[in-house]
Amino acid sequence: MASQHHDHTASHDEGQHHEGMSKGKIWRVFFYLLALTALEFFIALVLVHGGYVSKGLAVNTVYIVLTLVKAYYIVAYFMHLKFETFGFIMSVSIVFLFIIYFIVLMLTEGGYLNTHYNPSPFWPNP
Amino acid sequence: MSTTVTELDKVKTGRWSGGRSPFNVEYGKIMMWFFLTSDAFTFSAFLIYYGTQRFAHITWPDPDKVFQSIPFVADYGYPLVFVGIMTFILIMSSVTMVLAVEAGHRNAKKEVVWWMIATIIGGLTFVGCQALEWTHLHHQGFWWGSIPGQEGVSPDVALAPYFTKEISEVAALQFANLFFTITGFHGFHVSIGILLNIIILGMTLAGTFERRGSYLMVEKVGLYWHFVDLVWVFVFTFFYLV
Repeated sequence: MASQHHDHTASHDEGQHHEGMSKGKIWRVFFYLLALTALEFFIALVLVHGGYVSKGLAVNTVYIVLTLVKAYYIVAYFMHLKFETFGFIMSVSIVFLFIIYFIVLMLTEGGYLNTHYNPSPFWPNP
Repeated sequence: MSTTVTELDKVKTGRWSGGRSPFNVEYGKIMMWFFLTSDAFTFSAFLIYYGTQRFAHITWPDPDKVFQSIPFVADYGYPLVFVGIMTFILIMSSVTMVLAVEAGHRNAKKEVVWWMIATIIGGLTFVGCQALEWTHLHHQGFWWGSIPGQEGVSPDVALAPYFTKEISEVAALQFANLFFTITGFHGFHVSIGILLNIIILGMTLAGTFERRGSYLMVEKVGLYWHFVDLVWVFVFTFFYLV
């Protein structure tokens, strides 16, 4: 009985700050995601395969930016995080600063291995 | 007798002063978020290791050359098409999940049931597609710890179809291991998600949420399902595009 009451209160509270996600808005976010994915395919299949641009830092940066925008739309709208309190948003997202640090750290390490060990006869590479 | 209230005796009304939920999020939902945050760390670690390996090698298999089959249609010649279909299926099932949550807010049991069924079908289709892709790569010779090639055939010849730049056995091996580990771990998550969705569908049909007066459980499982979609967005970029 107690849990029933609790759930009911929670759903009532939610109803107030979730009104932003109507059916129309859900489909709009879906079309954004679809358009971004289509853009990625356009770059990969038309621009890169057609020989207009070559794979490299620029193209990869575009891919990663598009991925992050897609991730933002999924987390903010589909997972409703945008409509939660600031404190809660921070409590689940600020830890990803460690991931950014980890990326920088590990890619630097990978680059080091590439330039320092590849010329060595003991490194089974390429 | 003084009527002034000291600072200590004042009734506190702040967000964190007690008497109300500071985040205004139900306990189970907070726990789901924290679980997903930690799970995101696991996936990040996998993908960062993949990046590290790529950075550590002079050469790497070209995804456009490794993934170019459409099961039952063509064995090669169509890079990215099949994975594009898979991505579309997963995004679509994410949308049907949000629609189930939205129907839950309106306590529309029938709509929740239909959207949940659509989500489950989407999930099963995705896992099925992944099984087909795994089978294809396995037939070509890729597996954990193994790459295409056989006795008497030089690796340069056996691996030539998968590289654009120099050919490397070590890079191909790392690629195979990481591909099956990461997409396998993701596929495992999708399978668990399908199971959770089926349980939630059963509970909806049994009228559990109707009696509770809230479809909050649909929302919690929905969070997990969107997370699986989110991970795929990253796996797709780093394995197939970059």
